Amino acid sequence: MKTPHILIVDDEPNIVMSLEFLMRKNGFQVGIARNGTEALAAIDQTPYDLILLDIMMPDVDGLQVCRQLRQRPDRAGTKVIFLSAKSREADMQKGYEAGADLYIPKPFSTRQLMEKVRELLGLAA
Amino acid sequence: MSKLLVIGFSFGYLALLFGVAYAAERRSAARKSLVSNPYVYALSMAVYCTAWTYYGSVGRAAHYGLEFVGIYLGPTLLAPAWWLVLRKIIRVCRQQRLTSIADFISARYGKSAALGALVTVVCVLGIVPYIALQIKAIAASFVTLTGSAAGVGGPAATTALYTTGALAVFTILFGVRSVEATERHEGIVLAVAVESVLKLVAFLVLGVFVTFGLFHGFGDVFDQAAAVPALRQLFTLRGAGVGGAEWLTLLVLSMSAILLLPRQFQVAVVENVDENHLRKAMWLFPLYLIVINLFVLPVAFGGMLKLSGLGLDADTYVLALPLATGHAGLALFTYLGGLSAASSMIIVETIALSVMMSNHLLMPLLVRVPSARPEGQTRWFAYLGRVALESRRLAVVLVLLLAYGYYAEVGRTLPLVNTGLVSFAAVAQFVPAVLGGLYWKGGTRRGATAGLLVGFGIWFFTLVLPTLVGPGRLPESVLTAGVGGLAWLRPSALFGLEGLDSLSHGLFWSWFFNIGLYVGLSLAGPPTALELRQADVFVDVFTRRSLAEEVAGWQGRTPFPDVRALLLGFLGKKRTNQALRTFATRFPDALPPPPEGEATPSLSHTVTVPADPRLLTYAEKLLAGSLGPASARMLVASVAGAEQISYDSVVGILRESQQLLEANRQLQKQSRQLQRLTDELRAAYDQLQALDHRKDEFLYTVTHELRTPLTSIRALAEILADNPDLEAEEQQRFQLTIGREAERLTRLISLVLDLEKFESGQATLDRAPVPVAELVAEALDAVGQLLRDKHITLHVDIPADLPTLHADRDRLMQVLVNLLSNAIKACRPDGQGRIAVLAWPTADVLLLCVEDNGRGISPAAQHLIFDKFYQAQHQTTRKPEGTGLGLAITRKIVELHHGRIWVESSLEQGARFFIELPLVGNEPEERHEDEHDETERHAERSRSISTAVVINADSTKR
Repeated sequence: MKTPHILIVDDEPNIVMSLEFLMRKNGFQVGIARNGTEALAAIDQTPYDLILLDIMMPDVDGLQVCRQLRQRPDRAGTKVIFLSAKSREADMQKGYEAGADLYIPKPFSTRQLMEKVRELLGLAA
Repeated sequence: MSKLLVIGFSFGYLALLFGVAYAAERRSAARKSLVSNPYVYALSMAVYCTAWTYYGSVGRAAHYGLEFVGIYLGPTLLAPAWWLVLRKIIRVCRQQRLTSIADFISARYGKSAALGALVTVVCVLGIVPYIALQIKAIAASFVTLTGSAAGVGGPAATTALYTTGALAVFTILFGVRSVEATERHEGIVLAVAVESVLKLVAFLVLGVFVTFGLFHGFGDVFDQAAAVPALRQLFTLRGAGVGGAEWLTLLVLSMSAILLLPRQFQVAVVENVDENHLRKAMWLFPLYLIVINLFVLPVAFGGMLKLSGLGLDADTYVLALPLATGHAGLALFTYLGGLSAASSMIIVETIALSVMMSNHLLMPLLVRVPSARPEGQTRWFAYLGRVALESRRLAVVLVLLLAYGYYAEVGRTLPLVNTGLVSFAAVAQFVPAVLGGLYWKGGTRRGATAGLLVGFGIWFFTLVLPTLVGPGRLPESVLTAGVGGLAWLRPSALFGLEGLDSLSHGLFWSWFFNIGLYVGLSLAGPPTALELRQADVFVDVFTRRSLAEEVAGWQGRTPFPDVRALLLGFLGKKRTNQALRTFATRFPDALPPPPEGEATPSLSHTVTVPADPRLLTYAEKLLAGSLGPASARMLVASVAGAEQISYDSVVGILRESQQLLEANRQLQKQSRQLQRLTDELRAAYDQLQALDHRKDEFLYTVTHELRTPLTSIRALAEILADNPDLEAEEQQRFQLTIGREAERLTRLISLVLDLEKFESGQATLDRAPVPVAELVAEALDAVGQLLRDKHITLHVDIPADLPTLHADRDRLMQVLVNLLSNAIKACRPDGQGRIAVLAWPTADVLLLCVEDNGRGISPAAQHLIFDKFYQAQHQTTRKPEGTGLGLAITRKIVELHHGRIWVESSLEQGARFFIELPLVGNEPEERHEDEHDETERHAERSRSISTAVVINADSTKR
């Protein structure tokens, strides 16, 4: 089985740092984008298995990134987990409407996150 | 019959009248009026039936048959319309305190003195012959009764003279007692009513005597008359030779007369106690006319049949019939009936004429005489008041003398009825002005005057001139060939109009020109302000009764005592106080407040307070009752010292809509108030909602901002805990990051707390002298590393001799660092970034500027960036760095220093942040300014300029 490819999108370097460490530790292949534009470019190039997506970013926000992703049939297999500081019910609603598979408010538990990632990737716990 | 007997009865009868009048006055004084009922009112109106009716109708019926009915048919036909016309006249006169037809017309057309005088002259010239006619009737009946010769020096004329004298005394005693003509004359009214009963009864008794005594009922009289060919033709209207035009003329004339004859105006309008009495009078009076005329034809036929051989004047049949048949007692009774008919007419007509003459001929002249000294004014007014009364008494004598003179000189040769109808025609000249004045607001003084003048002239030319023709007077040729031989100037065929009887002819031409000029001239020129106002008052009397009083017509500041003095002079102390009390209850706000301990307002104190305009209007109306409207107006004007000015015209024109507008305005005001209240409530609610929303938003944003460092801290802490086997280097990196994020968290928390302090107004400034250059250098030091990281070119221009700021150094530092870090963040990291820090002092403020060439701020966002967490509005994109609280706190600090902060920028063009800090006026007290009024601040600033200069001078010396 091929190594799952994961894209981390966040403008906070420290969050990216911790997520990157986590994913690599779990043996995934990792791509990094620091804003929405970079994320779209990365998606265009690579059919990621899963994207960890921040919402509040300077240029293109995470919701738009997700919507554009969902419009591409060739990226239908890509799972999306929103990781956002926006924690209101309405914000989560918007996230799911944009096509997310999961919405996890920040700050999150790394253990729980990994569980969910594995779940979505169809890996045994 | 014995002359002495007749004379004795005559004066006995007059004495009875005195008694009746006296009793009525006594009862009136005791407030048990005998007069205040519709029956007396209707009977007093029967003053319409004069000696002309009493004797003349029979004479006329003997010659022209039914034609005599004409002058009674007119009033009867008009009676139903009284409720409309007469009631309106009564209402107007009561409201305006008008006491004669001259008052009425003068008041209606701008209170014109000239018009009042003209109407009076017309009345006097038109009515005096009519009074003379009554005197003649008295004399003629005396002659018939006593069989004495009818000479000027004879006993008949003497009796007539004495009777006239007695009537003058009666009239003066009971008719002209008070200067206030509006006061009703209950004695006179009751006397007139009694006389009406007497003449009716006397005539009915005679009629019954002739019809059933001399003949065997109506059938017998008419049968016998029908047997005589000369009498048979009197049974039909045509047969009597009376044409349609003549009938129409009779109807029109008598309709005019019943309304406008001075005596009718007196009894029906001035003496009216209650408008509702009109309802009964409307049918009682016509009934009276019918009853009194029942026996006219039988008596006439009886006279023709029984007395035809004696060559008697048909006017004397009434007396001659009982005399010839030997019923002396009945004849005497009948004579008294005739005397009553004549005397009642003379009395009432004389009262009416005397008031008019006094008010419209004499008083306007006297009132014009200026009072010599102000202090003599009161005496002058009192004098005028007496003069008014005396002049009216004089007028009574004058009228009766004129009438007697006319009777003695001219009247004896004229038949009774003709003079009466000519009088009617004179009075008919008032019809256009009166009816027009009542129902048409467009009628003007010019139109009324010209119409009346020309109508009267034509009346004189066509109806009076022919009576003056005779030996020793005018030549016959005037009638046949026209005046000066001009055929179109023949009095009986003016402008060649022939084929009409003289009365119809005269009425036609006089009305033609009268109405034509009245309407034509009224339309030609606009009415004046006063005319408009009066038109309104008259025409709309039923719809707006009190408004006319509310609207002040007088301007100027008239001392209140002057007004009071004026009233005192004319009304006396008692009446004046009473009138002022009435006024005070009506308009409690219009009189000066009473001095201590006085119950009734302002009756005796002498403080010079200006009189309310309404009081002047009220006084004018009170005086109008004594002097007529024109004189009253002149008098009040003399006191007020001002004319009714254009304000009046504005009011006059606007009054129509004024009430409506006022009501509307009130409603609108209320609804506006309600609306405003609702709006305010809604705004307050919205504000609360917005505040609530903002609070929520703020909290949300704060927690959101806190979550970001927390996320890193938690994630890294968990990683460290879950991976004890991490390389030392990585472990250290993670731990360091956790530390930095914790610091960030702390900073954020203290910023939020800071802001909270500013927002709640708890922040205080720790003021001390701050050298600006030093401060800037320190701030640049603090961000030095960031500047170097981005390779930003720095330009600093701070003059060394800047005045020292009195400010909180740490807070200002915070401001500068914040602005500088913002500028650094805005600059692109390509080494092209430039930042400038500038400072310069103006008159009383210090300006600081931090300028960059970075991304810039869109104009729409420029005023939003100072709001805390501006990016909260941009829910999903966010500014790259910073907390979102920096500028909000910066603004708070600047404002706490009484300064201002603003930005000039556009996208991609860099930004220039300005801070303006006052150099002086750093008041120690804490002013909580938010959106503080700009202008006030500017004013504050300019006030302190001079001090600033002094301080600056000091600081530079140092």
